[in-house]
Amino acid sequence: MSDWTSDELMTVNAARALAGVRKTCFVGIGLPSAAANLARRTVRPDLVLIYESGALGAKPTRLPLSIGDGELADTADAVVSVPEMFNYWLQAGRIDVGFLGAAQVDRFANINTTLVDRGPDRPPGRLPGAGGAPEIAASCGEVLIVLRHSTRNFVDRLDFVTSVGHGGGPDDRGRLGLRGRGPVAVITDLGVMRPDPGTAELVLTDLHPGATVEQARAATGWPLKTAADVAVTAPPTDAELAALRALKAA
Amino acid sequence: MADIRTLPEAVAELIHDGDCVAMEGFTHLIPFAAAHEIIRQGITDLTLVRMTPDVIYDQLIGTGLVKKLIFSWGGNPGVGSLHRFRDAVENGWPRPLELDEHSHAGMANRYVAGASGLPFAVLRGYRGTDLASRTDTVATVTCPFTGEELAAVKAINPDVTVIHAQQADREGNVQLWGLTGVQKEAALAARRVLVTVEEIVDELTPSPGGVVLPGWVVTAVARVPGGAHPSYAAGYSVRDNDFYQAWDPISRDREKFTAWIREHILTGAAAR
Repeated sequence: MSDWTSDELMTVNAARALAGVRKTCFVGIGLPSAAANLARRTVRPDLVLIYESGALGAKPTRLPLSIGDGELADTADAVVSVPEMFNYWLQAGRIDVGFLGAAQVDRFANINTTLVDRGPDRPPGRLPGAGGAPEIAASCGEVLIVLRHSTRNFVDRLDFVTSVGHGGGPDDRGRLGLRGRGPVAVITDLGVMRPDPGTAELVLTDLHPGATVEQARAATGWPLKTAADVAVTAPPTDAELAALRALKAA
Repeated sequence: MADIRTLPEAVAELIHDGDCVAMEGFTHLIPFAAAHEIIRQGITDLTLVRMTPDVIYDQLIGTGLVKKLIFSWGGNPGVGSLHRFRDAVENGWPRPLELDEHSHAGMANRYVAGASGLPFAVLRGYRGTDLASRTDTVATVTCPFTGEELAAVKAINPDVTVIHAQQADREGNVQLWGLTGVQKEAALAARRVLVTVEEIVDELTPSPGGVVLPGWVVTAVARVPGGAHPSYAAGYSVRDNDFYQAWDPISRDREKFTAWIREHILTGAAAR
């Protein structure tokens, strides 16, 4: 039996997904922030973290609870206003990767963070809403999504499209004028899904140690396709686990 | 020159029933004390504007003073849902809440348009999302130079913008620093501006990255040390993360929430 939790497995693999990023990452709060800060301590020490509150190049020593913790401004290369952040830095295409969480994701990696249908007898469940995500998903060079794997989260049809992944297929981003490549990987606690180059539909490409294709299919709300060869991710190293636990404990 | 007032005087003079009020501050410098004074004075039928209507608007919504919310992200940062906001939207308690919902980029640009005296702002945004179909404050415009289709968002011009800052001088010139969010734009977009400050100093010393609002664009200044709690004022206080965590169980329950407002806002030391 492994000595890590499924959340640790997910966060470690989400951090690894940042290994090849050119320089800059627009960081959502929660799991993406944990992963990006872990990447700075493991696979990508010079990763530039950008938080929508205005911090460019934040180097927090502990995981911030919110995107506006003072620690982010105190350790940043520069602090800018929110309009400047969204207009000059994000919209102008200066950010390499956007790292997002979600409430619901569909097979084309479109995201819902606005509301969820709860059946005919109840009003829709209200979620926080869009925040910066629609334009992060539109304008970053590429997008990573991290989310626990369940049929509640991975749904056949979104109740609301808050942020566009690949729309309804491979040509939709171009048709909509979205400049970035869109989602390139969805990292979960069971494995990794990536859009098929031909159809843009998410396909299971990796499983974490101990997870099975059957488990992933059972936790996905559409008939999940798998790659011809599903890889197995390397187990978290002692160094990765130690760095993650130190971040959380700080 | 801005008038230096007590907080109760300034709120009573500047904010009225039915006003459109923006209380800005992106996690940092959130004007909680001013919101609490609005609750004590029972100023109602408000349209509230804020990019991130976190705990401060949860409190105003839960007390029934708000008829409409213009926003882009309504959660308790790092903790979870805003339960009073959810209860108002889902169940109409204590009154129905009309929403005008945007993305952060859209909201930021709506304030920029308001501050610039323009009717709308232009951005690349909203394409392919369901957001635009649920509001009449997003439209599409064609660039006259390139033919590109862009999003247009309607200007926001609040009746009153309320912000918290670190310092003002005796003339009412204001300086804030650290994460300054969208406060400059929100202030310049508004017809009236109320600033609560940590301290009033004889002379403002320029701070790196600081935003200065000249006293002649500020209507009133009130000295309220700690007026951003449980958020923080860089150089004066740190964010009370424990309070944000504690707010979750308080706000989940209507009776617990109402008792908390009664005990901590309406009576006791805070109520003066």
